[in-house]
Amino acid sequence: MKIVLEHLTKQFISRHNSSEIVTAVDDFNFEIPDGKLVGLLGPSGCGKSTTLNLICGLEVPTEGKIYFGDLDVTDLPPENRGVGMVFQNYALYPHLTVRQNIMFPLENLKGEQKLSKEVMNEKVLEAARLVQIDTLMERKPSELSGGQQQRVAIARALVKTPGVLLLDEPLSNLDARLRLQTREQIRRIQKETGITTIFVTHDQEEAMSISDLIIVMKEGMMQQMGKPQEVYNHPANLFVAKFLGTPAINVFEGKILNHKVYIGEDMILDTDAEDQEIYIGIRPEGFIPDKNGSFRCRFDRIETTGRDTSIVCHNDSCISDSDIRVIVDSDDEINNDNGIIRFNLKANKTHLFSKKDEKVI
Amino acid sequence: MYNRNNLKGWLYLLPALAFVVVFMVYPLIDVFIYSFEESYNFASQTYTGIGLYNYSYILHDPYFLQAVKNTFILVIITVPLSTGIALLISLALNSIKKLKDLFQTVFFLPYVTNTLAVGLVFMILFKKTAYSEGLINLLLNSIGISSIDFIEGPYWAKMFVLCFYTVWVVLPFKILILTSALASVNKDYYNVARIDGTSKLRIFTRITLPMISPSLFYLIITGFIGAFKAYSDVVALFGTDLNAAGMNTIVGYVYDMLYGNSGGYPSFASAAALVLFAIVLTITVINLLVSRKNVHYQ
Ligand SMILES: Nc1ncnc2c1ncn2[C@@H]1O[C@H](COP(=O)(O)OP(=O)(O)O)[C@@H](O)[C@H]1O
Ligand SMILES: [Mg+2]
Repeated sequence: MKIVLEHLTKQFISRHNSSEIVTAVDDFNFEIPDGKLVGLLGPSGCGKSTTLNLICGLEVPTEGKIYFGDLDVTDLPPENRGVGMVFQNYALYPHLTVRQNIMFPLENLKGEQKLSKEVMNEKVLEAARLVQIDTLMERKPSELSGGQQQRVAIARALVKTPGVLLLDEPLSNLDARLRLQTREQIRRIQKETGITTIFVTHDQEEAMSISDLIIVMKEGMMQQMGKPQEVYNHPANLFVAKFLGTPAINVFEGKILNHKVYIGEDMILDTDAEDQEIYIGIRPEGFIPDKNGSFRCRFDRIETTGRDTSIVCHNDSCISDSDIRVIVDSDDEINNDNGIIRFNLKANKTHLFSKKDEKVI
Repeated sequence: MYNRNNLKGWLYLLPALAFVVVFMVYPLIDVFIYSFEESYNFASQTYTGIGLYNYSYILHDPYFLQAVKNTFILVIITVPLSTGIALLISLALNSIKKLKDLFQTVFFLPYVTNTLAVGLVFMILFKKTAYSEGLINLLLNSIGISSIDFIEGPYWAKMFVLCFYTVWVVLPFKILILTSALASVNKDYYNVARIDGTSKLRIFTRITLPMISPSLFYLIITGFIGAFKAYSDVVALFGTDLNAAGMNTIVGYVYDMLYGNSGGYPSFASAAALVLFAIVLTITVINLLVSRKNVHYQ
C-alpha cells in the first residue's frame, strides 16, 4: 500500500510552557511507494514518533491529509486503518504468553471478520514462523531476550496482515550484535511479506544499511528523501551531509573566488558557482594523500581500527566538532613534511554549501 | 567474613526483633495458652483445668455467634463493595484530564480528616435527635418514605449504616492506591490495543485488570483483614454496649470479655481471639491461592 502525506502538520502545546506551540511535524509532503522499506531518520526529538503516530492514527493531524493508496484515512480511527505497529519498548502484554500475545489482535475481530480457532492458530503459527520464534510459543515475555521480544512484537503487528507496518526505533533497546542481526531479520521479513514498512531510527547507519528509501528529518521538517546512497552522495544541505556517514563528514569554512574554491589559502577545487562565502563538506574517503596536493593539514596521528586506516589531522578552517578524519588505503603513501600533510580532494566527495541557508550549491 | 556479616545483620535487627518478641510473639503464645486454661483468674493467677471448654463456651454464646455473623456480613459486603467503587472512581479519575488533581484531592480528603469529624458527618446524616431527623431521613421523607432510626432502630438499618461508614472510611486509601496503579500502566499497551481494534471492555479485562492486579490483590487482602478486625468504628457509631445493640464484632466481643461490663474472662477472650485468628488465616490462605493464578507480578 502506498502512503501519501499532503501538507501534514502536527502542533502540540509545549509540555514545558503551555503558552508555547511546538510544531513536531511541519508541512510534510511525500509519497512512500508500495512495498518499500523506508527509514525515517533524524535526531532525537525531531518528530519521528509523531509522524508514525499520525500515520497509524494515534494522533490527529493539525492540518493536512494522509492517504493509504487512494483512500483518505485522515479521519479513520487507528483500528480501521489496517496498520501494524511495533513500539520502542515492544509493549508486549507481560501476563500473556507469546502465543496469546500474537493472537490478541485476531481475537479482537468481530462479526463477519471473526475467525475460527483453527484459522487463528494457523495464522499465529505462520506469523511466529516468519519471525522465527515458533519454538518459544508458551513462554512469557519476561523469559525472552530483547531480540526475541522484538520479534514477538513484530509477529503481533503482522498477524492481521496489515497494509502498513510501522516500527518505532525497533532496535534501540538491543545490544550492538543483536542490533545487526535483528535489522537483517527486519529486512528479510519485509522482503518476504512485501508490506510497506516505515521504520524510525536516529541511527543513520541502521537506516542506510537496510532501507530502500530514507527520509531525513530535522526539527519537524523533512530535509531530504531518496535512496540511501543517493542521499549520502548528494546531500541537499549541510545538516543531511553531517547527519549521514561514519566517521562524520569534515566541515570547513571557505569561499568561492573566481570559480575557485578556497579553504584558507589553499585552492582545492574548480567550480561553476558564483563568488560567495561557503561551507565545504569533505567525506573522510574524499582525501587522496599526495605530496604535491593543494590542501594542507597539520598531521596529528594515524589510527588503525579494524580494516580502516585513518589519518587524524587539523586545519584552522575546520569547524567540525572533532578533528579531521581521513580514511585512506593502508598501502597509500603518507607524505609528511615537517608535520604538514598534503591532499588532493575527490570532487564527488566534496560538497559545497551556501553559508546563508546551508543548502548545497 | 560471611559469619561476621551475618552476626552484624542480626545485631542490627535486634531492637526490632526484641520489640516484636515482647509485644507480638510473647502475647500470642500467652493468648494461645490462656485459651486452653479453664476459669483462669487474673487476680490469683490460677485455673481449674486444661481443655477445650473455653472454645465450647464461646461457640455456644449467642453474643459471640451474633458477633461472628455481624463481622462476616460486614466483611462480605464492604470488601467487594469498597474495592469495586474505588476501582470505578479511579478509572473515572484516570480518564479525565482537566481538574484531575482537584478531584484526586477531594477523594483523598476523608483519609486525612479526623475520625471524630467523619463521625460527626455521619451523625448529621443518620442520627435522629430531638431537633432533627437526620439528613437521610429528610431525603427519605421527601420521597414519601417514613423515617428510619438508623442508630437504634432495626438490625438491617444499623448494618446499613455500619457498612456505609466502613466503605466510606476505607475508600480514599483504596482510590489512592488504584489511581497510582492505573497511572503507572504504560500507555503503549493501550496504544497497541487501540491499533489492534480492542474493545473497551476487553482492554479493561485483558489489559488493565491484569496490570493492576497486584495492587488490587493487596487491597483485597488488607481489606479482608481490616474488616475482620472492625471494632472502633462500630463503637463510634453505636456506643460501647454493643451486645445490647446487637452490633458487636469479634474484636468487640474479645474486648468485652476482657474489660467490658461483663468482662474479666481472659480465657474466653483468648479463645475468641484465636477463632478470629483462624478465620483470618484461612481467608488469607484462600486469597493467596486464588491470587497465584490471577495476579501478575512483573
Ligand atoms: N503529546 C505531546 N505533547 C507535547 N509535545 C509533544 C508531544 N509529543 C511530542 N511532543 C514534542 O514534539 C517533538 C517531537 O517529538 P517526537 O515525535 O517524540 O520526536 P522523536 O520521536 O523524533 O524523538 C518533541 O519536541 C516533543 O517534545
Ligand atoms: Mg521517538
